[in-house]
Amino acid sequence: MLLLALIPLLPLACFVVLGLFGKKYFSQSAGWLGTLVLATSAILSLYTAFNYFSDSGKDNGVYQAIVPVQLNWLPFTSDLSINLGILLDPISVMMLVVVTVVSLMVHIFSLGYMKGEERFATYYAFLSLFTFSMLGLVLSSNIFQIYIFWELVGVSSFLLIGFYFNKATAVAASKKAFIVTRFADFGFLIGILVLSYYSNTLDFKTLIERLSDPASAQSQAIGAASFLGASALTWALALVFMGGAGKSAMFPLHIWLPDAMEGPTPVSALIHAATMVVAGVYLVARLFPVFSTNESALMLIRYIGIFSAFFAAIIACTQTDIKRVLAYSTMSQIGYMMFALGLIPATDGHAAGFTASMFHLFTHAFFKSLLFLGAGAIIHYIHSNEMRDMGGLRKLMPVTHISFLIACLAIAGIWPFAGFFSKEEILHAAYQSDKPIYFIALITGGITAFYMFRLYFNIFWGHEQKHSHAHGEGPLSMKLPLILLAILSLVAGFIPFSHYVTADGRPVESHLDLLFSIAPLLIAVTGILLAGWLYKKANDKPARLAATLGGLYQSAYKKFYIDEIYLFLTKNILFNLVGRPAAWFDRHIVDGTMNWLASTTGKLSVRIKGLQSGQVQSYALYFFGGIAALGVIFIYLWK
Amino acid sequence: MNLHLLILLPLLTATAILFTRNLKQARTISLAGSILQLVLAFVLLAAYWQERATGNTAPMLFESSYAWFPALHINYHIGVDGISIAMILLTAFVVVAGVLVSWNVEKMSREFFFLLAFLALGAYGFFLSLDIFTMFFFLEISVIPKFLLIGIWGSGKKEYSAMKLALMLMGGSALVFVGLAGLYFNTSVNGGSYTFDLMQIAQLNIPVEVQKLFFPFAFLGFGIFTALFPFHTWVPDGHASAPTAASMFLAGISMKLGGYGALRVATFLMPDGAAAWSWVIILLATIAIIYGAFATMMQTDLKYINAYSSVSHVGFVLLGIGMLTHTAIVGAVLQMVSHGLMTALFFAAIGMIYGRTHTREVAQLGGLLKVMPFISTVFVIAGLSSLGLPGFSGFVAEMTVFMGSWQNPDPWYRLATILAIASIVVTAVYILRATGKAIMGPAMHSDHQLGDAAWNEKLAAALLIIGILAIGIAPFWLNDLVQPGVTLIMSKFQP
Repeated sequence: MLLLALIPLLPLACFVVLGLFGKKYFSQSAGWLGTLVLATSAILSLYTAFNYFSDSGKDNGVYQAIVPVQLNWLPFTSDLSINLGILLDPISVMMLVVVTVVSLMVHIFSLGYMKGEERFATYYAFLSLFTFSMLGLVLSSNIFQIYIFWELVGVSSFLLIGFYFNKATAVAASKKAFIVTRFADFGFLIGILVLSYYSNTLDFKTLIERLSDPASAQSQAIGAASFLGASALTWALALVFMGGAGKSAMFPLHIWLPDAMEGPTPVSALIHAATMVVAGVYLVARLFPVFSTNESALMLIRYIGIFSAFFAAIIACTQTDIKRVLAYSTMSQIGYMMFALGLIPATDGHAAGFTASMFHLFTHAFFKSLLFLGAGAIIHYIHSNEMRDMGGLRKLMPVTHISFLIACLAIAGIWPFAGFFSKEEILHAAYQSDKPIYFIALITGGITAFYMFRLYFNIFWGHEQKHSHAHGEGPLSMKLPLILLAILSLVAGFIPFSHYVTADGRPVESHLDLLFSIAPLLIAVTGILLAGWLYKKANDKPARLAATLGGLYQSAYKKFYIDEIYLFLTKNILFNLVGRPAAWFDRHIVDGTMNWLASTTGKLSVRIKGLQSGQVQSYALYFFGGIAALGVIFIYLWK
Repeated sequence: MNLHLLILLPLLTATAILFTRNLKQARTISLAGSILQLVLAFVLLAAYWQERATGNTAPMLFESSYAWFPALHINYHIGVDGISIAMILLTAFVVVAGVLVSWNVEKMSREFFFLLAFLALGAYGFFLSLDIFTMFFFLEISVIPKFLLIGIWGSGKKEYSAMKLALMLMGGSALVFVGLAGLYFNTSVNGGSYTFDLMQIAQLNIPVEVQKLFFPFAFLGFGIFTALFPFHTWVPDGHASAPTAASMFLAGISMKLGGYGALRVATFLMPDGAAAWSWVIILLATIAIIYGAFATMMQTDLKYINAYSSVSHVGFVLLGIGMLTHTAIVGAVLQMVSHGLMTALFFAAIGMIYGRTHTREVAQLGGLLKVMPFISTVFVIAGLSSLGLPGFSGFVAEMTVFMGSWQNPDPWYRLATILAIASIVVTAVYILRATGKAIMGPAMHSDHQLGDAAWNEKLAAALLIIGILAIGIAPFWLNDLVQPGVTLIMSKFQP
């Protein structure tokens, strides 16, 4: 079990060492140190996964949730206590592999990409911090533990987005990412409070046991308590989902993700494509047994998920910054994972959506990080994020070209690439449970294929730009991760995922229906052909199309003005209508009263100080006057 | 363990400083004295653990009592439980750090260090006292040095700020005294003698009506020390004008005197009063938290930012106390320690920045990370701790307060908790705005001669950061430490 604890602790140690001594002693070797440490973590993770899935995780053929390590960290009461522990179950083990493998690829890639950076050691320190936090998050055995690491991945993301700290846009993006997710976490935290209040535990296993069983006293209580027409359980789950939606960039909390692309590109690949942004999906999956008892919460997840998937796909069609296209595509793909989780399980209790969602999370991690690393290689090569600066790169960057193409095919859902299998399962689950959603998802698949190949043709085909580049495609450290991830994007789909990851731990056979696959495949191919027709050769068709679409195109290009709405709300409402008056009120009313009190006391004493003039005559006058007055009163009373 | 040492040592230090002739001697003695205090505080902690390990479950340990003014039943009675040890540790950390950042105070250095030592004396005495009159005595001792520190070594409109602070704190003291006198004159139940003794009063059944009458005096009085809305306005002005070390002492220690008093005296001795008035406490604390946070958002001066944010953060202490649940009160104590360390660190960082750039206006700062990486990192750490990032002490304290507050099932109290939680979003906004502009962002100081932290500043920052991390990463020891004390207080609430 020591080995297991080492998986997250090694990157932590690496962070501490590089953070304290990196600048002095590891300014060159930080990259190798970080990569080596992460390789060890990755090997340990693969070993753990192999062990878990082949043997140690199973009991009577059912995968168990095992908590091998737990440390009593902060006891609030005798029942409620934050325990830091490790929870092994199919999804956490699967995530362990995803996180370490993608992180390792990014570490290797960064050796070349970030070479010569002034804060090279700091960069690797932050990467290690992020990896540690993300591993802590997926391994959490306690709902408060997940919140702790939730915040830590948030701050690592903040530090890495703002890595180029002299750039004003990077700083603004890092702030935005942190604050938007913080706002979502506000909901998450209250959700935790409500859940823990009724279930009287913070431990995941116990909490799920108590709340997923409709007959237990705890779930009776949380179901009976209601507020504004919804049960406490619905509220709690919706609030927890709010936290997840913030991290996973679901509408309307998605606004930070496109801006987060200001960070170094390998960081985008790791954090904003493969790992941290799926934390929200993971959170819902973690609590899935509880979610699946509550149809209102499932409905919320389903609709937010499908809307985000569709909405982001539309925007992705119009963006010109390649990283932003990828960012919106990430949001769209996470939408798929999210709505799949929100599908109501079949009457026999089998949640096909759950398995499909996790499968898509798994495959998406590889092809999306591949897309981002490919984009990184391109940006490294031509020093621009803008699509119009690219074109005709297929001969100049053959490795990047082929790997990028594989990733595009995978995300478009073309057989036999990984995305085909996972998307297929999602569509299948949707078809059986919710037809309208199935159709929207189908169309979104076509749009996905279209915008991905719009990107592909614009970068690698079309008009060849003049590039005066002496250096080649990039060092081996940058090519190797591309190749490895391309292989993974090819083969990952063939893993019989439902044998390993299901909502209740019981392996099932998933059946691939050839007839069913025809529609999605046809739509995807149409999207690709359309993109090829429009963008393969430089022409004026795209511009004309944009002009024809007019306002629709403009709105999508402007991301449907969501940012502007937020800006209005924060600037005009929070700052001008709350903050400014509060500050003014404090200075002028509250403090004004205090000052008035002081100055009035002062004035009063000035007025009456004349009484003590030191003149014996006036004292005599007061004295006799007083006697006279007392005399009058005395006589009056006497009578 | 001889607790008198903790009072004697600052007194000796202060006296010795009077005989020094220059800055070098004064600061050396001051540092030596404060380090000894820190060592002593750790010895006390070890002694406490040892005593508890041997099964000593007495509520107060290492007690000793001497008659001081028998006619009025005033005793010099001292003793400690976990809560006071936590506060003493906090004081010791902040004192060492405060002395270190004042390493180069040229102006009247002897008097400066003398007053710092004297302030420490007041704080130690206050946390050790088990006689409420003695406690009051030490509370007063700690007010006057603040007045002088701000008035003489301050900046800006220092005379105004010093006067304001002294007057408002004196006003608070007056209210406290009314509360204490009210308690004293009702201690002679069943014909017994009058007493100022904390533990003896706790044994008595003070009539409910008396408690309801005098609780507000004591609570409000201590509340003014801890920036209770609407009596918090001495905080921003006081901090803005105070020299760095005085700011650190003021926010790190002084404001905690109020919180400790509100808990130890007002709440512990008048539980029925506390229960009757708790809704007012919650109301005022919630206002302080939310309104303080929004007011912070609009500040442009780094010191004002931290001062207003202190108003908001200390609101958590009062909120925790007002919730009257075990966990919330533990949270309140944790928050006192945590905020003390964190805000001292913040003021230290601000002082270092100001000492180099000669401005505290956020608009005039930019990209400091490039010019002074160490100081900037310290600032970021203080900021992240302030916005409650896990790993730092603020998270532990705030979460304990929230968790404890939620245990109170009253819907209005739940609303207050939700509002308090909402404030952490606003905190993130103002911390990141300041950080994003001053520390990150385009560099505005091309002058590389500004220089990074000197050894004394590094040491001060490191000390406070160690304290913050020790709580943030391993909160269980502090939690264990304060549990018995809170259990004692809560025992007064059990029917």
